[in-house]
Amino acid sequence: MSETVETDVVIIGAGPVGLFAVFELGLFDMKCHLVDILDRPGGQCAELYPEKPIYDIPAYPEISGLDLVERLKEQIEPFDPQFHLARMVTRLEKGEDGWFEVETDAGECLRCKVVVVAAGGGSFQPKRPPIPGIEAYEGTSVFYAVRQMETFRDEDVLVVGGGDSALDWTLNLQPVARSLTLVHRRPEFRAAPDNVNKMYAMHERGVIGFQVGQVAGLKGEGGQLTAATIKTADGTMDLPCTRMLPFFGLTMKLGPVADWGLNLHENTVVVDTERFETSTPGVFAIGDINWYPGKLKLILSGFHEAALMTQAAKRIVHPDERVVFQYTTSSTKLQKKLGVR
Amino acid sequence: MTKITIVAFDGTRHELAAENGSTVMENAIRNNVPGIEAECGGACACATCHVYVDEGWIDVVGEPEAMEEDMLDFAYDVRPTSRLSCQIAVSDELEGLVVSVPERQG
Ligand SMILES: Cc1cc2nc3c(=O)[nH]c(=O)nc-3n(C[C@H](O)[C@H](O)[C@H](O)COP(=O)(O)OP(=O)(O)OC[C@H]3O[C@@H](n4cnc5c(N)ncnc54)[C@H](O)[C@@H]3O)c2cc1C
Ligand code: FES
Repeated sequence: MSETVETDVVIIGAGPVGLFAVFELGLFDMKCHLVDILDRPGGQCAELYPEKPIYDIPAYPEISGLDLVERLKEQIEPFDPQFHLARMVTRLEKGEDGWFEVETDAGECLRCKVVVVAAGGGSFQPKRPPIPGIEAYEGTSVFYAVRQMETFRDEDVLVVGGGDSALDWTLNLQPVARSLTLVHRRPEFRAAPDNVNKMYAMHERGVIGFQVGQVAGLKGEGGQLTAATIKTADGTMDLPCTRMLPFFGLTMKLGPVADWGLNLHENTVVVDTERFETSTPGVFAIGDINWYPGKLKLILSGFHEAALMTQAAKRIVHPDERVVFQYTTSSTKLQKKLGVR
Repeated sequence: MTKITIVAFDGTRHELAAENGSTVMENAIRNNVPGIEAECGGACACATCHVYVDEGWIDVVGEPEAMEEDMLDFAYDVRPTSRLSCQIAVSDELEGLVVSVPERQG
């Protein structure tokens, strides 16, 4: 599944700041591709607080995380950004011909003249549930995502959690697994009601097990799981199982950004405040991922950083063109690009 | 000011004078009570401000709302007395409130 794409700019991270960067770069004729681990744009706003109001976006007395993302998507549409979603950028290197190579875990290679790291708090990764000794089973019996259904064929599967992923995989793996039990700490779910009903119907028919409780421990040897100890309201019990799929939400880890040879300050990338360039010329960092004296992790600051970064990026992508300062209100040239003229 | 007590996991009692309207989480953070992380800053989006409300206080403090109950799914060792401290607002009724911090936050 390897393919190579060439573009002006690759933006790593499609959070609010990565999205707005498309707009600023677009005004200056730079084409963008965005890569994000999540399966939809929006970063923290979409993943952590879609329904919560934000009160400090200029000119919006109140806007929800999801609405902000929708508006940004609408605003950048004229520039036709290309999204590579559900992909993690694993490698970033400068090739001998001066182009950067950005590689994803899906085997894509994006070649570009400028890289913008807008990786926020880092990559979203599944949370490891606080079960003692779980590490010993990871990758052999415990999985945080289903890459291949075959891993679960004819196994005794325990799905743990109460969100959409837990419900989806309960329904999808049931036909493949030898047995399947869903464990959740309460009978209510925060998942599509349709799937919850389907699950309860399957449970009633005796096709799957459903246990209210919390996983307190694991039993097995050499990475091979044999049972999980479940704490319920009436005590503890052992549920035999050979595979476990815990779905405890996502957490942010710096991830591969640390391996790209960029100067770091704690878990952030050091930049200057004129161009927001990292220690590698041509690689910029904006939004929550960067650090400079006085940095504030606000969406507002990320937007400002995107505008200034663009001025420097333009000099790299179009070195022969003069950078002219223009307003979107009055420049016919900018308005043409936005499709409003 | 309302007096509240947050018992750390090691048993240390942190007696705090809390302003009405502030949340228990905010008071814990301001006073560096160990074990309250509050990664999301009180948006009910992280479940790292989990506490157990002392038995006698359950009825006064009340039950979590649906959104908080959903977030509690991500907390460690959830019990019937579990609450997210960023969702408990201090008021006169809570004078003397005691909550304790779990072994770990997720
Ligand atoms: C509960 C909560 C409330 C908040 N309230 C406010 C508020 O009121 N006002 C405000 O201004 N800010 C607020 N913030 C902060 C705000 O959400 C962040 O400042 C903003 O999301 C930063 O945007 P970003 O684009 O830099 O990064 P993010 O939103 O973190 O997006 C970064 C994206 O990069 C992706 N990524 C990282 N590494 C890789 C990789 N290697 N490969 C592929 N993709 C990668 C991630 O998956 C992620 O989607 C709040 C945050 C939280 C959690
Ligand atoms: S501080 Fe994040 S849920 Fe309370």
